[in-house]
Amino acid sequence: MADTKAKPGQPKQGLLLDIRNLRIEATVYPPGETPKNIVLVHDVSLTLEKGKVLGLIGESGAGKSTIGLSSMGYGRGGVRITGGEVILNGRDILKGGKEGFRKLRGREVCYVAQSAAAAFNPAHRLMDQVVEATLLHGTATRAEAEKRAVALFKKLSLPNPETIGERFPHQVSGGQLQRVMTAMALCSEPDLIVFDEPTTALDVTTQIDVLAAIKDAIRDTHVAALYITHDLAVVAQVSDEIMVLRHGRLVEWGGTRQIIKEPRQEYTNALVSVHEIEHLEQKPGATPFLSVKNVTAAYGGSHIKVLKNVSVDIYPGQTLAVVGESGSGKSTLARAITGLLPPEEGTVTFDGRPLANRLADRPKEDLRQLQMIYQMADVAMNPRQTVGTIIGRPLEFYFGMRGRERDKRVAELLDEIEMGKGFLDRYPAELSGGQKQRVCIARSLAAKPKLIICDEVTSALDPLVANGILKLLLNLQQHEKVAYLFITHDLATVKSIADSIAVMYRGEVVRYGPKSKVLTPPFDAYTDLLLSSVPEMEIGWLEKAIKGRRMASAGN
Amino acid sequence: MLDIKRIPIPALIGIVLTTLFVLAAIFAPWIAPHGNGEIIGDVWEPMSSAHWLGTDNLGRDLLSRMIYGARITLFIAVLATALSFSLGAILGFSAAVFGGWYDTLLSRLVDLLMSIPTLIMGLVVLSVLPTNLITLILVMGILDSTRVYRLSRAVAVDINVMDYVEAAKLRGEGSGWIIFREILPNALSPLVSELGLRFIYAVLFLSTLSFLGLGVQPPDADWGGMVKENKDGIVFGIGAALIPAAAIAMLAISVNLVADWVLNRTTSLKGGRG
Amino acid sequence: MSSPILKLIAQRIALGIVLLLAVSVLIFAGTQILPGDVAQAILGQSATPESLANLREQLGLNDPAYIRYFHWLGGVVTGDLGTAMSSGQDIATSIKGRLWNTLFLAFWAAVVAVPLAIILGLIAVRYRNGWVDKLISGLALASTSFPEFFIGYVLVYFFAVKWQIFPGISTVYEGMPFGERMQAIALPATALTLVVLAHMMRMTRAAILNVMQSAYVETAELKGLSAFNVIRKHAFPNAIAPIINVVMLNLAYLIVGVVVVEVIFVYPGMGQYLVDHVTKRDVPVVQAVGLVFAAVYISLNIIADIGAIVANPRLRHPK
Repeated sequence: MADTKAKPGQPKQGLLLDIRNLRIEATVYPPGETPKNIVLVHDVSLTLEKGKVLGLIGESGAGKSTIGLSSMGYGRGGVRITGGEVILNGRDILKGGKEGFRKLRGREVCYVAQSAAAAFNPAHRLMDQVVEATLLHGTATRAEAEKRAVALFKKLSLPNPETIGERFPHQVSGGQLQRVMTAMALCSEPDLIVFDEPTTALDVTTQIDVLAAIKDAIRDTHVAALYITHDLAVVAQVSDEIMVLRHGRLVEWGGTRQIIKEPRQEYTNALVSVHEIEHLEQKPGATPFLSVKNVTAAYGGSHIKVLKNVSVDIYPGQTLAVVGESGSGKSTLARAITGLLPPEEGTVTFDGRPLANRLADRPKEDLRQLQMIYQMADVAMNPRQTVGTIIGRPLEFYFGMRGRERDKRVAELLDEIEMGKGFLDRYPAELSGGQKQRVCIARSLAAKPKLIICDEVTSALDPLVANGILKLLLNLQQHEKVAYLFITHDLATVKSIADSIAVMYRGEVVRYGPKSKVLTPPFDAYTDLLLSSVPEMEIGWLEKAIKGRRMASAGN
Repeated sequence: MLDIKRIPIPALIGIVLTTLFVLAAIFAPWIAPHGNGEIIGDVWEPMSSAHWLGTDNLGRDLLSRMIYGARITLFIAVLATALSFSLGAILGFSAAVFGGWYDTLLSRLVDLLMSIPTLIMGLVVLSVLPTNLITLILVMGILDSTRVYRLSRAVAVDINVMDYVEAAKLRGEGSGWIIFREILPNALSPLVSELGLRFIYAVLFLSTLSFLGLGVQPPDADWGGMVKENKDGIVFGIGAALIPAAAIAMLAISVNLVADWVLNRTTSLKGGRG
Repeated sequence: MSSPILKLIAQRIALGIVLLLAVSVLIFAGTQILPGDVAQAILGQSATPESLANLREQLGLNDPAYIRYFHWLGGVVTGDLGTAMSSGQDIATSIKGRLWNTLFLAFWAAVVAVPLAIILGLIAVRYRNGWVDKLISGLALASTSFPEFFIGYVLVYFFAVKWQIFPGISTVYEGMPFGERMQAIALPATALTLVVLAHMMRMTRAAILNVMQSAYVETAELKGLSAFNVIRKHAFPNAIAPIINVVMLNLAYLIVGVVVVEVIFVYPGMGQYLVDHVTKRDVPVVQAVGLVFAAVYISLNIIADIGAIVANPRLRHPK
């Protein structure tokens, strides 16, 4: 599938970076076995012209960060560049040795990390860190460098640009830190910046601001960039060209428009159309089987209410999606319904009768009817139990199934989640991320519940794997007539799966109703902000979205 | 699943030496060439073919004393470790699972006990208690159980907040299932290696007490006591006291090597195989 | 220095005082746990009724335990630690000189051990997984397995007996010239250093490694800083707090080591004093010395915590 020669036909003048047949290896130490070499990047070549932006995209393990860091001669955690050339400004930097790397890092190439909160040293003021590389390489005096930094803070729309440099990293919000880090990279006026998932850790309404700030800064300073991300819609906003990688090999490389409009490779096509699941909305039935009425809750007797007067209904066999950003109270709602966090006020009724507030007071039958799937499938399964035990336990516990009867049912459930009997004796550590989540789904299905609460079940997964999980959930809903309470921060997922939607903001439900109604204007200010912040795979979306906004995001 | 060829050499050495010590302790009367208290020669005779390690301060065969000493050293250390471990682990687990005032009370009490160095607290208590084996085992076991309590509580608290434990609680499982089927299997590997460390500590603590004259009382002697018996020879250039001291060090190192290996092996596995 | 920090420090000190009070109760209770009569246990079965009655009177055993505790505590607070039963001497006077001797010994052991442990820890980190690191780790593993008296007597055997460089018995007296005093404590101080060195070094190595693996160290490397500057400017400021902690914890460990080392070298310090009087079952002395040891131990822990508070930028510069 690799088409290494499919370079876009563009003139070679002003070439900044030319990576030829790059090969990167690492040594892994599997327990109890002899150490072995694995190849992370297989003969990848790329070129980047001055002032252009190349997006590197792929799922986890695609080698995109590894390739990005190779432009600085850096291998993270024992990773080695074992073949090829990295030609920057006309010379092969791999031949320069340690001294050569030090001279180019922070001067010709700078780096913006995914988590600025971790990448800034907690012991030093921001300004000292921002100008450090500039002073180190002697390209400006301290006064000049600080002036430049303040100008950059302004350009990146940071509040109080004159004084923000005096702060320490922990005194500044995540979205702002990410922009300060961009300023830090730009401050020494490098030729190339490597952006490594700079907006992935941010909330969606904050992401759009940071993205816009980065884009403006790149345009105004004429710096070239490698923009690494797993989100095609994000990279489409900032890149001139996109390179799709998979398992350390090149899949496709082309102009941004070509990649998102006319992908040539099947894999690229799958990435482009990942969100296109058709799901026709079901009309709410006559009576909901589960009603949350005026629920208010707080943690440990604290005065801060994490849920304020929340009311929602769930209808049999349908999906209610609860969307919101971190801190909106969406996961707390799940904890209140399951009885893990007894509400201070309000009730949860199930089949017309009130559910006990506390988990310990609920009869087994009520517990069976409400099952839960978690975000991190790895820690949702006991690592010391086999798949057979994990799925079999609810069968024993709720239905008293034993021996062959139970084994037969476990096998059926494994079939339903599209995994075979061969997985019966596997341990969770021996499964892939998607398989783990499937086993968790089977475990909840085993109880034959009326409702499954899905708490961010796809957010830790790569887009294609997540897509598979969503399709599976929709199929299962049709067969088993189970209802979902689907908690997520991702609006694209909501559109694919929901029948009705509740939008949460700071502990309150700000908008609630059938999907078609919630997603049709007129919107309230927050829903408008949320909807307009979800990146769309469309060139020029970012500018349109920024222009059309009515409310500033909270994480600013 | 245990393949001898895959055991690293240091761990293998540790296993062999530990086994030798244990065998010597168990079969002491059959292995030792002479009786424990039997005077068979001059004071501090040098090593010879008759007395491989020479004789001690009263003219007893040092090798025989060492073998009997292994018995008493291991016996007390094993019992004290068993006591500290069962007490500490049971209280630690229950504190983590039940929480509330029970946890607070126990934890504060342990904090208090740990704010005095163990040896000092041991000496304070031993100044009024009768010096016999039972006192020794109780004092060592109870003082050391504070460490085991801290570790097992911390491990159990970490596991108790995992999603899979929450899933079991949501399913409606009782505390029996949660402690024995969800928490215990996952807490086992840190606890097993801690068991080794606690045992080493018990050996060292016992030896120190005996060396100070507050542990095993004559005519019986553990290795620490034998160091005390023979220490006056050192200034005359007689190394008899160094032999039991070296034996303690060797036992401690062997067990350390095994514990290290157990810890590495189980933590690197993550999953359930092996 | 801002007020939240001062508040935290004040809290920590107050907590330490409460802890010390609780410890005094514990130590006092520890000497009362014997079922039956302490006087009987002290004097043995052959004691005459008169001597028993005398001793009971002397120990105040006819009062209830809590009254005896407050009486004792009142004395401690005003500097009166009571009199030793075995010798009839005033305990506070006996302790003064010995406490100074012990602190002198521990101080010089710390002066050698702390920088050495930090330097070895840094070397182990610099050559991580190389043979130097493995050698250091191996020696550390071995020496944590050695009983203190093994190290002590090996030193005596070679340095005092075979080569006769230093004395095997550390006699010190008041008014002894500094040089002679240093020579006298050479072996016990070395033994003490070896006792804590390995542990301190292992913990320092772990603390620095932890910092070296953080993302901001990578950021510094990617700015083109040299390895030395990465450590000096970015790793070190963040490693201070954990290192202070390591050092203090191990100095507290010195206190335990000092007891055995003093007995080996017959050094006139607190440890030997304590062991002597435990053997003589001299309860007032044991209580007093136990409390002094506990106070030193708790103070070191408080200093460690305060060090960690002061070195934490999040606390120094609150939001």
